[in-house]
Amino acid sequence: MNLLNISGSPHVHSDESTKKIMWRVNLALVPALLVAIAYFGINALLVSLISVAACVLFQWLIEKFILKVPSTIADGSAIVTGLLLAFNVPSTVDMMWIVIIGALVAIGIGKMSFGGLGKNPFNPALVGRVFLLISFPVQMTTWPVVDGIFPMNFDVATGATPLAAFKENSLPESVTLMDAFLGHIGGSLGEISALAILLGACYLLWKKVITWHIPVAFIGTALVFSAILWLVNPEQYMDPVMTIFTGGIMLGACFMATDMVTSPMSKSGQLLFGFGCGLLTIIIRNWGAYPEGVSFAILLMNSVTPLINRWCKPARFAN
Amino acid sequence: MKTADIIKNGLIKENPIWVLILGMCPTLATTTSAINGMSMGLATTFVLMMSNIVISLLKSVIPDKVRIPAFIVIIATFVTMVEMVMKAYLPALYDSLGLFISLIVVNCIVLGRAEAFASKNSVGQSALDGIFMGLGFTWALTLLGLVRELLGTGCIFGHSVIGGADGMLMMILPPGGFLALGLLMALINHLRNRSVKKS
Amino acid sequence: MLLSLTAIALVAAAALAALNGVTKEPVAKAQQAKVEQAISAVLPEFASLDDRTVDDHVCHVAFDQSGEFVGAAIEAGNDKGFGGRLQLMVGFNADGQVTGYQILETHETPGLGAKADLWFQQGNKGDIITRKPADGDLKVKKDGGDIDAITGSTITSRAFLDIVNEASAIFSNITI
Repeated sequence: MNLLNISGSPHVHSDESTKKIMWRVNLALVPALLVAIAYFGINALLVSLISVAACVLFQWLIEKFILKVPSTIADGSAIVTGLLLAFNVPSTVDMMWIVIIGALVAIGIGKMSFGGLGKNPFNPALVGRVFLLISFPVQMTTWPVVDGIFPMNFDVATGATPLAAFKENSLPESVTLMDAFLGHIGGSLGEISALAILLGACYLLWKKVITWHIPVAFIGTALVFSAILWLVNPEQYMDPVMTIFTGGIMLGACFMATDMVTSPMSKSGQLLFGFGCGLLTIIIRNWGAYPEGVSFAILLMNSVTPLINRWCKPARFAN
Repeated sequence: MKTADIIKNGLIKENPIWVLILGMCPTLATTTSAINGMSMGLATTFVLMMSNIVISLLKSVIPDKVRIPAFIVIIATFVTMVEMVMKAYLPALYDSLGLFISLIVVNCIVLGRAEAFASKNSVGQSALDGIFMGLGFTWALTLLGLVRELLGTGCIFGHSVIGGADGMLMMILPPGGFLALGLLMALINHLRNRSVKKS
Repeated sequence: MLLSLTAIALVAAAALAALNGVTKEPVAKAQQAKVEQAISAVLPEFASLDDRTVDDHVCHVAFDQSGEFVGAAIEAGNDKGFGGRLQLMVGFNADGQVTGYQILETHETPGLGAKADLWFQQGNKGDIITRKPADGDLKVKKDGGDIDAITGSTITSRAFLDIVNEASAIFSNITI
């Protein structure tokens, strides 16, 4: 930025830039990617590479030929979108072409049609993911079964995720809390290991890319709300700790709800945002048609972010 | 008004869908396939033409104060006629369009043309306006239906073009209607702007 | 003012009444044809039909030329579909085996639950033809049965099989 910004003092100097933030987010996603490759094998790597390449390519094409503006692919945001999109789909062979459609929707509709990074009201990766979920319901809910470490074969067995199995009233007893924490469960590519995601989130917290408010409010609300339901009827509702370790709650809370562009600015607004995400997730999981509700919850809360921003305005300095 | 202008207004310059953005309810709801979109468009065209003719004929008889109720009665009569004929002779089509046929009554284009055009112009011109506004509506709905059907099911007018593939289900569901309409509107208005700039 | 509006309304009513007179017969015919087409699609060959009501459901009981009972087509439905109402015409032969079915009303999702129109037909994955629900309710595999549910549409499949089972129960209550 070589513009001269004129604003009231105090001025705080910081070496933050969009580019730096985005590359840090990419780095923070690496542990989860490694776990995915370890459990799902070469498929996970290929799906991720295709998704990232497609997102970057579409962004470049749109900027060059439709918008006719200088390319911004170097800022790394398209790579973040690509990785997050890949993290939200099952790592099957079908996904290797379906994810390209997802990338087109994520970048083309979710991001560039609003004017690019910083102007999109919805998290682009989630826009792409939800489009795929509704468009390809069969392929998007065919989950590879985790079987040993680093399987090299392309044709892996498929089965239900813990959440989908629970929706059918039969949580497999073999799934332990430790499995869910380490990632030894079925699910989307990048959501399986809570440990790897928390590792990345800690790095982002340490580098001050994200603050604790949204993840803690999101996961906390989900934990408390599901605990209440579980205490009322442990037969019908899932164990609260299991609830937050399965499905996309960890990934959503740490990496997608915290997206700077689409979440509120003030601390109180972020707490409210996280609370809404957690509440909606549990509501959709228990009473909705889908076994998982994280993406819908975050997108719904994205849509009320401008309202939250207006309601929870930060106090004016020296008012 | 010149005949050529009336034709051009209906089809392109004041196209009910892409430019006036009227009658969005049937546009979004019935365009799950090209044939549905086209049938809806043609049914509306018939109603538009007939109501424009009758209203233009009666424009000096209908007192200003009750013109809206009078227009509505006339429009509703023709809509009911279309519905009855379709139910009797095209039952399959009636099943797939169903409710939306009766809803032509509240389509803003029909009342809009009655109020803005037929009540002020001659019978011949009103009939022409009704036909070409209707055809403008029809081609827009057919195009939207075509795009949604192709993307959503891989078919064009019911014939599969991409062997066996399923297509993107979302495009034939309601959210896909909004997406396809928005993207097509952007594309068509982009083309219109470019041709305006050139001339 | 009053006069002109009344006149318009009267003319409109007269026109519609006249048209109604013309289309009344074709409308009834079209509806009848639809039902007849569904009956002949789900039943083995028959010579005559006897329409009656059993347990509040419409049953079309079929006989061959010698007056022998060959089966019945039963109209049944429930509201357990993913999109709401699901209404079927299910055909049974004299032994109570399913001979065919046709969907009369559906609001299932296109590409998913709407596949039910072909999914359970002969030779397809969820084939229920020649099955006899009276020997044990038809159930999807998830519920301990042996019918393949439509991929991604367990709810529709359950609703569908519930209706077939219900139709079978009605069938067994038919007295010849």
